[in-house]
Amino acid sequence: MNDRGRETMGYVGGLLAATVLTAGAFAAVRWPTLFGPGTFAAVCALGLFQAIVQFRFFLHVRLKGSGRDDLLLLLFSSIIIVLMVAGTLVLMANLRGRMM
Amino acid sequence: MSRSVHVGLTLGEEGGPHHQQAESDLFGFWVFLMSDALVFALMFATYGAMLVGTAGGPGPRDLFELKPTLIETALLLASSFTWGMASISLKYGDGKPGLLAWMGTTLLLGMCFLFMEANDFATMFAKGAFPARSGFLSAFFGLVPLHGLHVLAGCIWILVMAVQVILIGTDDRTKTNLLRLGLFWHFLDVIWIAVFSVVFLGGLTR
Amino acid sequence: MSGAVLPAVLGRFEWIDLPFVRAWENPTISEIIGAGAGALVVVGALAVAGLLTITGRWRWLWTEWLTSLDHKKIGIMYVVLAFVMLSRALIEAVLMRMQQAIAIGHPGFLTNDHFAQLFSTHGSIMIFFMAMPFLTGLMNYVVPLQIGARDVAFPWANSIGLALTAAGAGLMMASLVIGQFSTGGWSGYPPYTGLAFSPDVGPDYWIWAVSIGSLGSTIAGINIACTIYKLRCPGMTFMRLPMFCWTSLCTSILMIFAMPPLTVATALLALDRYLGFHFFTNDLGGNVMNFANLFWLFGHPEVYIVILPAFGVYSEVVSTFSTKLLYGYTSLVIATMTIAVLSFTVWVHHFFTMGQSANINAAFGIATMAIGVPTGVKIYDWIWTMFRGEVRFTVPMLYSLAFMTTFVIGGVTGIVLAIPPLDYVFHNTLFLVAHFHNMLIPGTLYGMLAAYNYWFPKAFGFRLDERWGRRAFTCWVVGFYLAFMPLYVLGASGMARRTAEIFEPDFRPWLYVACGGAFILLAALGSLSVQLWVSVRDRDETRVTAGDPWDGRTLEWSTAAPPPEYNFAVLPTVTRRDEFYEGKRDGNPYSPPVRYDRIEVPRGSILGPAIGLAAMSCGFGLVWHMWWLAGLGLTGAAAAIIARSFVRRTDRIISPGEIEAIERRWLTAVHEHRPISRELERTRANHGVAEAMPT
Repeated sequence: MNDRGRETMGYVGGLLAATVLTAGAFAAVRWPTLFGPGTFAAVCALGLFQAIVQFRFFLHVRLKGSGRDDLLLLLFSSIIIVLMVAGTLVLMANLRGRMM
Repeated sequence: MSRSVHVGLTLGEEGGPHHQQAESDLFGFWVFLMSDALVFALMFATYGAMLVGTAGGPGPRDLFELKPTLIETALLLASSFTWGMASISLKYGDGKPGLLAWMGTTLLLGMCFLFMEANDFATMFAKGAFPARSGFLSAFFGLVPLHGLHVLAGCIWILVMAVQVILIGTDDRTKTNLLRLGLFWHFLDVIWIAVFSVVFLGGLTR
Repeated sequence: MSGAVLPAVLGRFEWIDLPFVRAWENPTISEIIGAGAGALVVVGALAVAGLLTITGRWRWLWTEWLTSLDHKKIGIMYVVLAFVMLSRALIEAVLMRMQQAIAIGHPGFLTNDHFAQLFSTHGSIMIFFMAMPFLTGLMNYVVPLQIGARDVAFPWANSIGLALTAAGAGLMMASLVIGQFSTGGWSGYPPYTGLAFSPDVGPDYWIWAVSIGSLGSTIAGINIACTIYKLRCPGMTFMRLPMFCWTSLCTSILMIFAMPPLTVATALLALDRYLGFHFFTNDLGGNVMNFANLFWLFGHPEVYIVILPAFGVYSEVVSTFSTKLLYGYTSLVIATMTIAVLSFTVWVHHFFTMGQSANINAAFGIATMAIGVPTGVKIYDWIWTMFRGEVRFTVPMLYSLAFMTTFVIGGVTGIVLAIPPLDYVFHNTLFLVAHFHNMLIPGTLYGMLAAYNYWFPKAFGFRLDERWGRRAFTCWVVGFYLAFMPLYVLGASGMARRTAEIFEPDFRPWLYVACGGAFILLAALGSLSVQLWVSVRDRDETRVTAGDPWDGRTLEWSTAAPPPEYNFAVLPTVTRRDEFYEGKRDGNPYSPPVRYDRIEVPRGSILGPAIGLAAMSCGFGLVWHMWWLAGLGLTGAAAAIIARSFVRRTDRIISPGEIEAIERRWLTAVHEHRPISRELERTRANHGVAEAMPT
């Protein structure tokens, strides 16, 4: 398969994987008995995985080449995001609890 | 040759000045996207903190529905794929008609997404779920339309680029701009994953 | 006189919104001062316009400066803006000090409302429109030269960043002439700044000035980060970067990631005020405390944004004027990165008293204390740099020495405040005010002034007057101590911040001393102005065209003063740290290249000024509910960007012949002047060529 074919299959593969993961997430909510109390966790996990798939196949972020700078940037940003979001949620929950 | 470079990056030999300029431009845009991602992340955090603030008004269970959300997700995902096809068309020099066809399809799918979303909001308003009703609704209408506004900006950008492709053709600057638009469009689909997972699906599970 | 005037066009403007009308109707001292300030803005603007007309310099201003994409010019314009705003905010501080000295058991001469506007504008201006532009301008000017590049990564974005900052500053100035400013402090906490308690234009001015300015800062951050990441000259690895570039890199990363929380905080407040949302209202499910959380998620990294470039300046200055290699380069790099990362982990210490549990406070208190450690490492590194060096007491070095001692005092009080139970006593007292001014003035301001004196000769080709520089320095240091040390005592005695009237007579002597200090600081500002005037007057005696007045170590000193538009005729290749310094000792850094090639430089563009105007119009329109103006501004900005994307001829070529002529002129100047030893560097003999004494 030539370069073009390979690249096209990359997008097709990404599309298929993303579709499956999306369907899985919606199915988890449509039929809550599948995951029980862990439904939201399952939805988040499927979402995170789909994000990685899209970063890899649509955004071409990979471990080698010029994609690597982008990967480092993404990882650093993720750390900051996790810190700020988690910090906010913990703080607000703590404050709410103490106000009740 | 093409393995380590972005799709569409055929701007002179690798390491040449135009290539370096494009790489620099794209990296800069990535950085901007990261700051934008942080804005979204904080909107999500605010949403999470304000889920309890329904003030006796409608909550997630009363308002969110699976089917429209699924259709909107499918539209956006499809548009991400069609833009991928546009990128390949650009890279392998298919010529203007092919490129414009894929760009147009992406635009159409994006507009359908926005139309459906606007419709959803109208339905919510009709049920008395407008932003000034409660903190929760303010947070919802802060987050989801923020994404929608980004998609709208993206659609306008596609239109502008289409005009540029027609009038100027695909020179270095147009190519770099198209690559940046691609980053933006795909990024918005990733944000949508978070939106439908955390807001809509999350709202319907609890 | 009240009632709307043409609401369809002028929104919610009423005649009473003009300070001149207010002073006419109610001629108290407070109102007259307000009217005077407004008048000063108008007169000042007219004076500048008049001067430009008389000297026929409009075209020159437009083509040489406002539309320029040259990082050096943009850098200078940023610094000019900073100095103008410094003047305003300093005068506001003097007014506040005077009020507090007088208003002991007495209403004073300012109304509470006026006083509240003063502390709000003072803080907002000093942070957003003085410190940020100053350091952004500095980084813009110096970084490309230090890494051996021709310009920043995105020159057009650079121009936009400057324009947006200027637009925000413009809105601040507009609030003096039309309407009023927020009374909610530079932090603008709701619900006080929400519609329920402050429906006036004040908080809206604050929101849009700060939002537009912070957009400019985000753009600047992206630009500097990408420049350092992608445009380093051959051989310039990360570990060969000058320390100023390291701190600039970390600062710009902080800018990129710290501005979004501010954008979110102000945007959500705007949604509350304009569309009746309930993010920060007391009722209907609003969460007021989230504002403080979001604001300080920005606010803490922000203070590291304003200090890190100063640290970079001190590294350059201390090493240059100690005639010694900077001690502990690697530890300085690691310390800088540590500070940058840790700065995202301490934000809760700004609101220890908001009500979260002791455990959360303890965690953030520990993190806050930890962040003092890398700064301490840096201080030791600078001290060790001076040790056994030949220290020359030039003005930049004097500022560095004053910084090292004074800043540490402030740092120690920071450790005190980092302990949550102690902070419960000191929060929002003058102790806190003393602490952060103790960091910002010796830290940021002295750093900027050191940088100003250090790099001025490079930017303009002649040195600043040393004598007036010392007088200014003396006033800045003496003034600082007198103005702020009493505040520690006052704060510990229980005096709250932001108070317009005092009822405790025991505070009087301290407030008098503080007021005296403020006047000395005003004299410092005056001395700076005189220094500039004298320096321009005497510039023929202090010319340093050859470009190396201080026996510099880094690449910017290897160019002419001022450098040509393209910076380097041939991009340098670097094999070690301090390449230029080492080259002076073992090579010939002034040898002309084998041949000259043509160089592409960005053409000037109307994009920056257009977006600046559009942004300011949009902001002004939003403040006054002139929706047509806001819409016009927004579409104007979008149209400008779209139009720019169609432009193809964005660069112009400088021919090899032109370059050769410029370079020859410079190299002739280098060779015709005697290299001087360091004893002569502050005399007329200094023409910018340094004698390479063996190290």
